[in-house]
Formats: sequence, C-alpha cells, structure tokens
Amino acid sequence: MDETTLLIIYIFVVAIFLGVELIGRVPSTLHTPLMSGTNAIHGIVVLGGMIVLGQADTWWLQVMGFLAVALGAANAFGGFAVTDRMLEMFNRKPGAGR
Amino acid sequence: MIDNWHDAIVDLAYLATAIMFIIGLKYLSTPKLARRGNQLATVGMIVAVLATLVSRELRVTENGQSETSWTNIGLILLALAVGALLSVVAAQRVKMTAMPQMVAIFCGVGGATVALTSVAEFMHKEDLGRGMIVLTLLGAVIGSIAFTGSMVAFGKLQELISGRPVTFPNQTMANGILFGGIAALGAAVVLLQDGSTAKLFVWILFIAALIFGAAIVLPIGGADMPVVIAILNSLTGVAAALAGLIMDNMAMVIAGALVGASGAYLTLLMAKAMNRSVTNILFGAFGGGGETASGGAGGEQKPVKEASVDDAAVALAYATNVIVVPGYGLAVAQAQHAVRELADELEERGVNVKYAIHPVAGRMPGHMNVLLAEANVPYEQLYDMEQINDEFAQADVALVIGANDVTNPAARTDKTSPIFGMPILNVDQARQIYVLKRSMKSGFAGIENELFHDQKTSMVFGDAKATLSAMVSAVKEN
Repeated sequence: MDETTLLIIYIFVVAIFLGVELIGRVPSTLHTPLMSGTNAIHGIVVLGGMIVLGQADTWWLQVMGFLAVALGAANAFGGFAVTDRMLEMFNRKPGAGR
Repeated sequence: MIDNWHDAIVDLAYLATAIMFIIGLKYLSTPKLARRGNQLATVGMIVAVLATLVSRELRVTENGQSETSWTNIGLILLALAVGALLSVVAAQRVKMTAMPQMVAIFCGVGGATVALTSVAEFMHKEDLGRGMIVLTLLGAVIGSIAFTGSMVAFGKLQELISGRPVTFPNQTMANGILFGGIAALGAAVVLLQDGSTAKLFVWILFIAALIFGAAIVLPIGGADMPVVIAILNSLTGVAAALAGLIMDNMAMVIAGALVGASGAYLTLLMAKAMNRSVTNILFGAFGGGGETASGGAGGEQKPVKEASVDDAAVALAYATNVIVVPGYGLAVAQAQHAVRELADELEERGVNVKYAIHPVAGRMPGHMNVLLAEANVPYEQLYDMEQINDEFAQADVALVIGANDVTNPAARTDKTSPIFGMPILNVDQARQIYVLKRSMKSGFAGIENELFHDQKTSMVFGDAKATLSAMVSAVKEN
C-alpha cells in the first residue's frame, strides 16, 4: 500500500466521524429532506463515471461510462432539485398562498 | 511538493467541494438553514463536475501516450445533460406524496453508477493490486445491491409490487447460497487478479449481486421501505467512497464517507422512532409474520362505534380545542388540502385547531410535515409529539385521519405487543375521538388498535378526502 492510499484511508476515516457529528441532533421534521439531500451528495459518483468515460478506449467502455455519467448526474442533480422543492415548502411564509 | 499545478488546482476544487458538502450537511440538519445547505451542496457538486471535466484524468492512454479524446468529452457532456435534465424535470413534476419513491429511484441510480464505474475500472485497468481488486469488487457488489434493492423499494412504494413481504420456502437459505456464491466468486477473482476468466467471473458477480439486491428487499414489508432506502443510501455512500479510493479521487472519498456515516446514523434515528431495530427490519420482521400478528386479533370481532359525517362535523364545529392527527392514510388519500380546508372552516368559527405530528407519520419520517407544508398549513399549528402530548387531555375532539399504530395505547400498556415501547400520541386522553379510516384493516404492525374500541371513539369509514370534503360542507351548514 503506497503513501497516497494510506493518506486517503486516513481522510476516509476522519470523514466518517465527521458525517455522524454533523447531523447529530436533527429534528425528525427534517429526516426526509436530509435523507434526500445526503442521497444527492452520493451523486458525486458521477465523477467516477466521467473518468471511466474519459478514459474509455473501447465502445463497450463508452457505453458503460455513458450510462454511469447519465445515471450519476440524475442522482446528483435530480436529488438536489427534489430536496430543494421540499425545503422550499418549509420555508414558505406561514399562511402564504392562501 | 506540488509537481503539477493543473492537478493541484483540480484537487483544490475538490477540497472546496468537500467544504461545501460539509457545511451543506450541517445546514441541512437545521430547519432555518436547510434550504441554503442544499443549495450550497448543489454548488459543490457543480464545482466537482467542472473540475473533473478539466482534469488530466480524462485522457485515453495509447502506447504510453495519453491524449484527450474529444469524442469521449462530447459523450460526457451529453450524458451529463441528459441525466441532469430528465431528473430535474422529474423532480419538479413529482407529487409530494410520491416523494419517497423519487428518493428511492435517485438512490438506485447512484448505486448503478458506482457498480458500472467499478466494473469498468476492473475491465479497464491492467495492474490493479489485490487490495484494490477487493475494493473494486466491493464497490461493484454494494452498488448493484443498492440499485436493484432501491428499485424493488420503489416498486413497493409505488404499489407495483405487493407491499406485503414476498416470501417463499427456503428463502433465507437461497439468499445465503447466493451471498456465499458472490463471496466465492469475489475470492476467486482476487486470486486470479486478471485474465479472461477473472473478467468473466466479475460479470457473473455483477449479475449475482443485482439479483441479491432484489432478493433481500422483497421479503421486507412496504411500510419499512423508508428505512431500507436509508440503509441503501448509506451503503451507496460507502461504495462511492470505495470507488474514490480506487480512482484516487478525494472528492468521492470525502463525500462518500460523509453520506455513508450520516446515512447510517439517520437509519438508526428512523428505526428508533419506529421502535424497530435495524436487524429486525432487514431479517424477517413482524412484517413477515402477518399471520403471527393477526393471530391474536383475527379471532373475535370486537364492537366499534360508527358515526356519520354529520355527527363528526357537529362535534367539531362546537368544540373549543381540536387536535388533528394526520397519518399514512391521509397521505395515501392525498387529503392534505381537504384537511386544511376543514381546519380553516373550524378556525373561522373560533375553534382552536392544532396538528399533532408523530415522528414517523406519513410514508417516511418527516414526510407529513412536507405534505402539510405543501397544503399551506401554517407552521405554528404543527406540533411535534413531545410538544403536544400533554394537551390531548384538554382537547374536546381528536380527529385521527388515517393514522393507526402511532395512536395505539397498546404501545404503552401491552408488553406482548410488537409495538410495545414505541412512543405514541396520547389520542386516547382526548374527550372525544373521531377516526377517519377506509376500513378496520390494521396498520403496518398488523395488530389490533384498542383505541378504535374505546368508548369515546367513533369511526367514520370512507375515503379520507371525500369524508373531509363532506365534513367541510357539513360544518358550513351548522
């Protein structure tokens, strides 16, 4: 195992602790948006798809890469959009739109 | 120290992304800042995508020479546009009641991305070490499970697949064998390292993991799907981090780890609010034992008092304090707007209306808050369980709309009840109780609710939306 990998594992472990700390006392009202928001954040895998497609040197790697990027982008941007819609309703002024 | 400025700038952009995700997550768990947190995370995602787009990673290596393939770059842009566009349109159009399904789909496609990326990495890279192979296979397996698992969860929530646990004889053994097969194939690939046999095994492994994902979610009851999605969400995060490890991509490692950890924690919080253990949900819960649960209740038919819409409307119209208890049934009947109308009408008559929200009301924890917010129910009328539970004793009428298990007094008194210990709303302390329900069917816990047989309780059967609309007109007439 080289130094870079070890360093990345370090960061991985620290980020795990951080993840738990960050959402510590979240009110149940926010469970659904929070789940949806974290769901969108793992859309970061779109980067992996981009790298696969960028390096693809056969047609079937291009197909796999294309699918990965499209699905990853859907995960990320669709996820953020749907979370935003939910939170927008929370933020609306009480009684507005009556 | 810095060998290449191009790489350094990309890495710094990833750092900026990580910071935006961290602050975004922090904000997302605070009601006032939640929306800004989500927007910040969106910006972080865009920064990461742009950074990757200009990074030196996106080059095809041929005979030791690496070169940018503009065809591939074009394909990336096209795929990004297609994926983002379709999903954002879907996100704008989806009904608020269908939110859990939408989240399930987005979770699943993320899993598919990890799986595809990991398999492609294995096929593409020649000299992955054994350690990296293990990580790659783990990414592929977890991603595949998250994909098909989420799709089954979607099917159950959308009622394309029966919400009841799907079981068949020797299911546990079949799943066990499948899991063993996946592990054995994985071990073989790690030993072989590469070559055409190893590649074939990876394809088989990939397909087996897809089947396994569907197989483990099928036997879980529909009402537990939110927790299942939370678990798969967390798993996809872990798989994303693993893929980041293989690809030396810091943004993926940090974001994946954050989601993996926060998702796991959120899963525990949700399970706790439902008084279920995660193992119980995953492996043969009382969801699976529909027969055991109904065993006690199915035998004798206890009497219930039935009331007409007009009876209920009169009781409500002449009450001073009314507490509305919305539940899953309200979400299914899409009656959130009708309930607001009724509340408005009552308020106009000087009735004091409050809503009691159980932490797991709706189809997902917090879902009911979203639905009522959509119907413009003023914030200050929504009360969490802890805030309102003492007020039921002063309530003239408690109006229960499609809620069941969260009002069952057995959770307090009956040690043998499967929901014993679950925090419930003290509906039984109200002076008069009206329950709007489609039928006497039991809730997802599959158990009888004593509340419905209480002297103070009257049942109003029918579709919640139609009943509520009829009640609005009846209140107007009084």
